[in-house]
Amino acid sequence: MAARTHSLFDRKIILQATADSFKKLNPRSLLKNPVIFVTEVGAVITAIGLVFPSGSETFAFVLQISLWLWFTVLFANFAEAMAEGRGKAQANALRKTRTQTMANLSKPDGSIEKVHAETLKKGDLVLVSAGELIPADGEIIQGVATVDESAITGESAPVIREAGGDRSAVTGGTRVLSDLIQVRVTANPGESFLDRMIGLVEGARRQKTPNEIALTILLSAMTIIFLVVIMTLKSFGRYSGIDFSVTVLVALLVCLIPTTIGGLLSAIGIAGIDRMVQKNVLAMSGRAVEAAGDVDVLLLDKTGTITLGDRQATEFIPAPGVRPDELANAAQLASLADETPEGRSIVVLAKKYGLRGRSISELPNATFIAFSAQTRMSGVDLEGRQIRKGATDAIQAFTGNDILPEIHVTIGDISLKGGTPLLVAEGNRVLGAIYLKDIVKGGLKDRFERFRAIGIKTVMITGDNQLTASAIAEEAGVDDFIAEAKPEDKLALIRREQAAGHLVAMTGDGTNDAPALAQADVGVAMNTGTQAAKEAGNMVDLDSNPTKLIEVVEIGKQMLITRGALTTFSIANDVAKYFAIIPAMLVTVFPVISPLNIMGLGSPASAILSAVIFNALIIVALIPLALRGVRFRPLGAAMILKRNLLIYGLGGLMAPFPGIKLIDLIVNALHLV
Amino acid sequence: MDLFGLIQLILFITILVALTKPVGLYLVRVLDAEGRTFLDPVLRPVERLFYRLFGINPGKEQDWKGYTVSMLCFSLVGLLFTYAILRLQHLLPLNPQGFKSVNADLAFNTAASFTTNTNWQNYGGESTLSYFSQMVGLTLHNFASAAVGIGVAAALVRGIAGNSAKTIGNFWADLVRINLYLLVPISFVFALFLVSQGMIQNFKGYEKTALVEPAPAETPMKDAAGEEVRDEKGNTVMETKEVKTQIIPQGPVASQAAIKTLGTNGGGFFNANAAHPYENPTPLSNFLQILSIFLIPSGLTYYLGRMVKKQQHGWAVWSAMAILFLVTLLVCWWAESAGNPRLHALGVDSTSGNMEGKEVRFGIFNSALFATVTTAASCGAVNAMHDSFTPLGGLMLLFNIQLGEVVFGGVGSGLYGMLIFVILAVFLTGLMVGRTPEYLGKKIDSYDVKVSVLALLISIFSILGFSAWAIVSKWGLAGLNNSGPHGLSEMLYAYSSATGNNGSAFAGLTGNTAWYNITLGLAMLLGRFLVIVPVMALAGNLSGKRMVPSSAGSFPAWGPIFTLVLVGTVLIIGALTFLPALALGPIVEYFLMMKSGLLY
Repeated sequence: MAARTHSLFDRKIILQATADSFKKLNPRSLLKNPVIFVTEVGAVITAIGLVFPSGSETFAFVLQISLWLWFTVLFANFAEAMAEGRGKAQANALRKTRTQTMANLSKPDGSIEKVHAETLKKGDLVLVSAGELIPADGEIIQGVATVDESAITGESAPVIREAGGDRSAVTGGTRVLSDLIQVRVTANPGESFLDRMIGLVEGARRQKTPNEIALTILLSAMTIIFLVVIMTLKSFGRYSGIDFSVTVLVALLVCLIPTTIGGLLSAIGIAGIDRMVQKNVLAMSGRAVEAAGDVDVLLLDKTGTITLGDRQATEFIPAPGVRPDELANAAQLASLADETPEGRSIVVLAKKYGLRGRSISELPNATFIAFSAQTRMSGVDLEGRQIRKGATDAIQAFTGNDILPEIHVTIGDISLKGGTPLLVAEGNRVLGAIYLKDIVKGGLKDRFERFRAIGIKTVMITGDNQLTASAIAEEAGVDDFIAEAKPEDKLALIRREQAAGHLVAMTGDGTNDAPALAQADVGVAMNTGTQAAKEAGNMVDLDSNPTKLIEVVEIGKQMLITRGALTTFSIANDVAKYFAIIPAMLVTVFPVISPLNIMGLGSPASAILSAVIFNALIIVALIPLALRGVRFRPLGAAMILKRNLLIYGLGGLMAPFPGIKLIDLIVNALHLV
Repeated sequence: MDLFGLIQLILFITILVALTKPVGLYLVRVLDAEGRTFLDPVLRPVERLFYRLFGINPGKEQDWKGYTVSMLCFSLVGLLFTYAILRLQHLLPLNPQGFKSVNADLAFNTAASFTTNTNWQNYGGESTLSYFSQMVGLTLHNFASAAVGIGVAAALVRGIAGNSAKTIGNFWADLVRINLYLLVPISFVFALFLVSQGMIQNFKGYEKTALVEPAPAETPMKDAAGEEVRDEKGNTVMETKEVKTQIIPQGPVASQAAIKTLGTNGGGFFNANAAHPYENPTPLSNFLQILSIFLIPSGLTYYLGRMVKKQQHGWAVWSAMAILFLVTLLVCWWAESAGNPRLHALGVDSTSGNMEGKEVRFGIFNSALFATVTTAASCGAVNAMHDSFTPLGGLMLLFNIQLGEVVFGGVGSGLYGMLIFVILAVFLTGLMVGRTPEYLGKKIDSYDVKVSVLALLISIFSILGFSAWAIVSKWGLAGLNNSGPHGLSEMLYAYSSATGNNGSAFAGLTGNTAWYNITLGLAMLLGRFLVIVPVMALAGNLSGKRMVPSSAGSFPAWGPIFTLVLVGTVLIIGALTFLPALALGPIVEYFLMMKSGLLY
């Protein structure tokens, strides 16, 4: 998935989108977009006027108005088709891997049959061996395997997937590198994450989000208002001795109804989902993306989100009467066989105490004792020495002696600083403590600061004790934390925040996260997580990077801002169009009104045509902005509002004046009317 | 535009600002069923008596449907009551002039007009209605309809301020309290003040006095049978008579005039309304009548701020209203001062501006101020002939009404009309802060948008629809006395005024025909109740919502930016909707006046 982003002007997508814009002329599909539907009806009416002329306008004028009205509809369709095309291209790249796959379906009688992956149904059992592609989304029910998930995550290191527990889910299109696993298919054809994602960017299955529905109502109401305006204008005109032609009235109508935002609205929504995909996040609905913008509480797991998943040894603190290098030596020996990140970090730290690196092969007589849940220690028996490292109470039990008060002080200090103390003992003597520290990810503090500026509260949730939690919360700069949290505490916290009117986002991967993921307004499930977690959330992060929640929120906000900016722009545009069209409509009967033609447009016909052309072209001009989105800046709401009003409100008011003037100059230079 | 005008304007704004907070704080107490006021010792027992008499439990709040149904029933009964009084006035007391029963369509129009706080008058008060009809049939509504408006606004504000609330107040308690503690006491004091200025308050028959200087007058010549004599072409033959006496109407004027402006009703006792010396005796009475129009609407913005616990929001709404008011006033004032260049070209003195149709006692500024205020609010009282304003001056008045009379506006109706624009402004621009639109912690959903645009659509349909029908139908054209653009202006003004429940007229329109009585009456009812119902639905929907706590990411519904957004929304929606029609009316008329030799 290297080329996740497509250039805005990918030739293939443009060609496909062009073809699609014509297909979308079907009035039935346009009906869900009232503004563009009315435009199409207007285009049809003017086209009829070509065959049965009614007004006094020239054929060339009516023809050009009609053509530009058709273009307006086509441009709006094109915007939507472009967004769909880009989304589809991304989804197809994800899906491509799967289409050719063959699956080993294991039948109830025990026999194996080769079938096409697309024919697999929910509940089918398939066998996948080393080197094969996993044919569908599913859950391992037997076996353990390393899986290359780079096809969807871009991460080249293989991951372990095994039956039971939180690491049992596998995604279609990924490759098994070792071993044999039996997988139960969990999605019917057409229901996998990718299918849902593709459905979202395709018109047929896309549902309007609540805000899109509300906006569509407003845009429809404005369309109705302007319909009344032009219909009554006909009557006012009759009284005033002006016979407004149908063509001119339709032209005025289309210029006034909010075609710009009407044409770009669905493209903006699709582009929002699409930008999520670019960040390797699959949103399950447009609604989820919208909710992401509204979120004002982020619930963040400490481990993996705020801190690097692993703790690192940062200091050896010897007991009274023990030399530092003696402690380092023992710690190193005890950790040689320890392949956990903590263990390796101890070996690395020991080198800084002047010890040379040792390997297991140098110590043939050593017996390494692995960590077990019962003893909660690991270590080594070497030439009569028994060296162990472990948690305080485990070591105390091992030595059989009470721990010295000085060591208690050390342990307390480490806890206070948010670290985890490990004791090292040889025989019945405690040598000292290892300071294991949670490392807070770089740059988080700044990010949380930015979030505070835009009114988002961050809450850290951790199983650590109060002391440790508060130290890390301070270091990371979160607003609040919950220590000694049990999985059900997450759900309770979300409910509490929601009851107070907040919208909450969280990430999770385990099955016990599922209820909280479902309750949260935005629940981002890690792709490595369980099927239950993925089903419960409304987004899936293919990279399984919990920190990405922050980007998810930014993309949501960006989509909402883009929608608002283009709505404002579209409505502000109308003012200039009035100044182009109204004088043109009246000037033949009331020549005195010509000072209202402040743009100095060439002739009444060219003024009306120029306004219509501008109205059509502005849609095309704004497609890139709709697809890319307005840049989001982490400022307070008042600042963002001021800035965007200046650009899109004032800009929308002013931009059409030079735009229409320029088009009018060209129209007159070419003698088009 | 002169210095005296400017001083008065500054004085006017200063006093208005100074009164906004005290009135707002008083409104908070009045509009709270448990609220205490300094009038309690006197009025509490009366209030309790009302509750006992009508079986009202003031503590029992209603949901929006209950409130709306109560309000509609009350208004319907009031409408029928007034209709009956007008139809039966020849049988009722206090009728020294012996006026006959009012005919059916005029009675409908008048009843609708007063029930809806419009006070459009298709009749001449002193020549049609008995004292009883005026005092009971009409003045009753001056209080009741004003209280209904304030009640609806209060219900909407409660809806905005409520957090997951099911109810929005008790209509009957609001009705009683608003009248008892707010309208009646202020009107009482105000009426006394007006009497002190020379306004009359009596039940005498009309007086006949000798003219100081007898004057000749042309009147139709009548034959012995009392029929008008016509010449061979069918024209009425006129004769010149020396007029020595004058009939001076009398009546209980002050009691009606006080609530006329305080309750933004506008229906004058006399046909000449506040231009009549008995209805507006002194400059001071003029100034205070204007001020009283804005008094409650201005105080309501403070009430809004107080109730939503964001006083800055109340002031932002106030500022938006003030900006719109100043713009229209200044344009109107300037246009009237500049006068008509075509008359100046004929040698008419240009220094005093356009004095046609203006009372010389008040002059340009006070006429422009009264006219702008009365149209910005949905009052409709007048002290000058709006029809005689210059095209641009008249345009401002017409535009004020078409904006929905949200510039302070009618008592209550101005605030709820403006809050509809606030919802739309927040919805249109709210997305730009990166959240779905949120108004003072309430998410604006599709239902809110639906009912808000419905309220807007109904006014637009009524104004443009009826005008467009009237301007091409034979019934409509039959009543039109002017042709050309000015005729269109008159037509637009009539239906705008009726729909907006303003009640002032451009005149020039013979409105007392069955067709006009019915269509204007319908426009008034549509513009009032079909707007209130969606407003109440909005109140109900907002009140039930959970409040999102405010943070740095919330849409700021206060401060200069928000004020400008609100002004822009009102102007853009108003301008986009009405500009085409206005272009054919006052705008063309302006250019014709400035540039052509044509006379209309």
